[in-house]
Amino acid sequence: MTPHDPLKLFAIDRLKGPNGTYWFGTDLLGRDAFSRLIIGIRQSMIIAFAAVGIATLAGTIIGLLSAWWGGIWDGIFMRIMDVLLAFPAILLALLIIAIVGPGTMTSVAAIAIVYTPIFARVVRGPALSLKQRDFVDAARTFGSSQGFILSRHLLLNLVAPLAVQVTLALAWALLTEAGLSFLGLGTQPPTPSLGLMLAESRNLMQHAPWLMIFPALTIMLGILGFNLTGDALRDILDPRTQRREA
Amino acid sequence: MNYVVQRLLTFPLILLGVSILVFVSIRLIPGDAITAMLGTEAGLLTPAQRETLAAYFGIDQPIWSQYLRWLGGLFSGDLGISSIYGKPVLTVVLERFPLTLQLSLMSMAISLSVGIPLGVLAASRNERPSDLLVRVLAMLGQSTPSFVIGILTIYVLSVFFGFVPAMGTFTPFFADPLASFGQLIFPAITLGFAFAASVTRITRSAMLDVLSDDYVRTARSKGASPGSVIWRHALPNALIPVVTLSGVEFGYLLGGAVIVEQIFALPGLGRLVLDAITQRDYALVQGTILFIAFNFLVVNLLVDLAYVALDPRIRIGGDNGQNGFRISPSSLRPHRCRDHRALSPRGHSGVARLDAT
Repeated sequence: MTPHDPLKLFAIDRLKGPNGTYWFGTDLLGRDAFSRLIIGIRQSMIIAFAAVGIATLAGTIIGLLSAWWGGIWDGIFMRIMDVLLAFPAILLALLIIAIVGPGTMTSVAAIAIVYTPIFARVVRGPALSLKQRDFVDAARTFGSSQGFILSRHLLLNLVAPLAVQVTLALAWALLTEAGLSFLGLGTQPPTPSLGLMLAESRNLMQHAPWLMIFPALTIMLGILGFNLTGDALRDILDPRTQRREA
Repeated sequence: MNYVVQRLLTFPLILLGVSILVFVSIRLIPGDAITAMLGTEAGLLTPAQRETLAAYFGIDQPIWSQYLRWLGGLFSGDLGISSIYGKPVLTVVLERFPLTLQLSLMSMAISLSVGIPLGVLAASRNERPSDLLVRVLAMLGQSTPSFVIGILTIYVLSVFFGFVPAMGTFTPFFADPLASFGQLIFPAITLGFAFAASVTRITRSAMLDVLSDDYVRTARSKGASPGSVIWRHALPNALIPVVTLSGVEFGYLLGGAVIVEQIFALPGLGRLVLDAITQRDYALVQGTILFIAFNFLVVNLLVDLAYVALDPRIRIGGDNGQNGFRISPSSLRPHRCRDHRALSPRGHSGVARLDAT
């Protein structure tokens, strides 16, 4: 995938500007910025998708069961989610990193935990109103099992809001991952990551602006892509906002 | 149940939950507290000295009694002693707080004064080139992380203007307002930029909602001037979601702009948390995060109450969003999602950003 080994040091070619051999230039240690960028994108995407995947799964299960069981379970689940939502998101991530120590897995876990309550909320609201609809009663009288009703009748009707939320969550996860590694608390060197590359470029920005510009643009484009997709999905799937881009 | 009463009742409950979470999570850190405090010197302790220390800090007690002691301390403002600074945590936190507060207020001011006029402009020229331009800019603004904006700001300032923003120190506002203002203006622009984008989007969408309402048509048909219709009739109603958004955002900002404070080397709350984490000062981590979460919760509570004051329908609790009386995007309605992050990660217009944090 990459023109050069992203970790290999080309000692004579340190801090070279973008050219035919090194498309996006080389960094202070002589590593090819383009190859590092590609691996960095992969790293960010893996973390973002894994974290959002876990959060979607956990949040959906909690939200569904909370709505379905109701009563005391609903109260317990939702108060726990409230507590998690009481922290500004990045602080919760930082708290988790403080406990476990920085790293790729920690980033995934931290972003997933931060995002789970949001999915739980997104699922619970509509699930509560779906639960009272006639077709759910009908399914019950047919003798459908709980699992079947939950997955077939509730979950399928929640796909639209979930899809929007997942896309937007991906944009957010990408941001958080870049932010955490920018702070040195996400992906650890020497593994390349977009936030880390940006952080490393800070001291060199006067001499090697390309080291800053390409990762910055990549992060922006990635987030923009997910944001636009999310917006478009919402406009298509949500009839209330059909004529309007919020 | 009445929304306000319910909100006020759950507040202390959530606060208690937050304190338990913070307390327990710090206890989950591997290794015992004495080793954490003394580092390598802990190896020199005799077992007897260790026991004395454990008794002194109360960590020989069972965990629930430790928690109760700690909770009791919280009520008298005792958050423990920071091992980096050798001072009470509360003192350290309160030293850092003025910077964060001023930074939050400045970036709020910047983003509102940019975002509201732009949003109104876009809505009043719906689907025309200027509207499209504003929308594209707002989308770009929301997709640009604050650290990218911060780095670019420093780059442009230093390379093209030979100017390096003052870093590392902070002059309190009351000591020298001008110097203090100058120190924070670039970080405030950095933070305000992304938030301005969401203010623009939400103002535009709320204005479009309001402009299609009957009373606006009435105002137009009785001959009110276009300017008066927009600024006097429509805008006040369209501002309700903006107020909510600003409140939520302010809560985030008060939590410390970790990344922006890091880029501009500002000694604020966010940087304090970061330093505490990297230097393993657990009392400080615990205290600061608790302080921030408390602020965040209080601001969120005030926002929700303000919303009730601005929109009486919520007080009654009977509105289901289907009475055709729309004044706000549905995702901002507190009775639909009490915490504004429920529908969107950043709590407002649905588009993700990592502004303050």
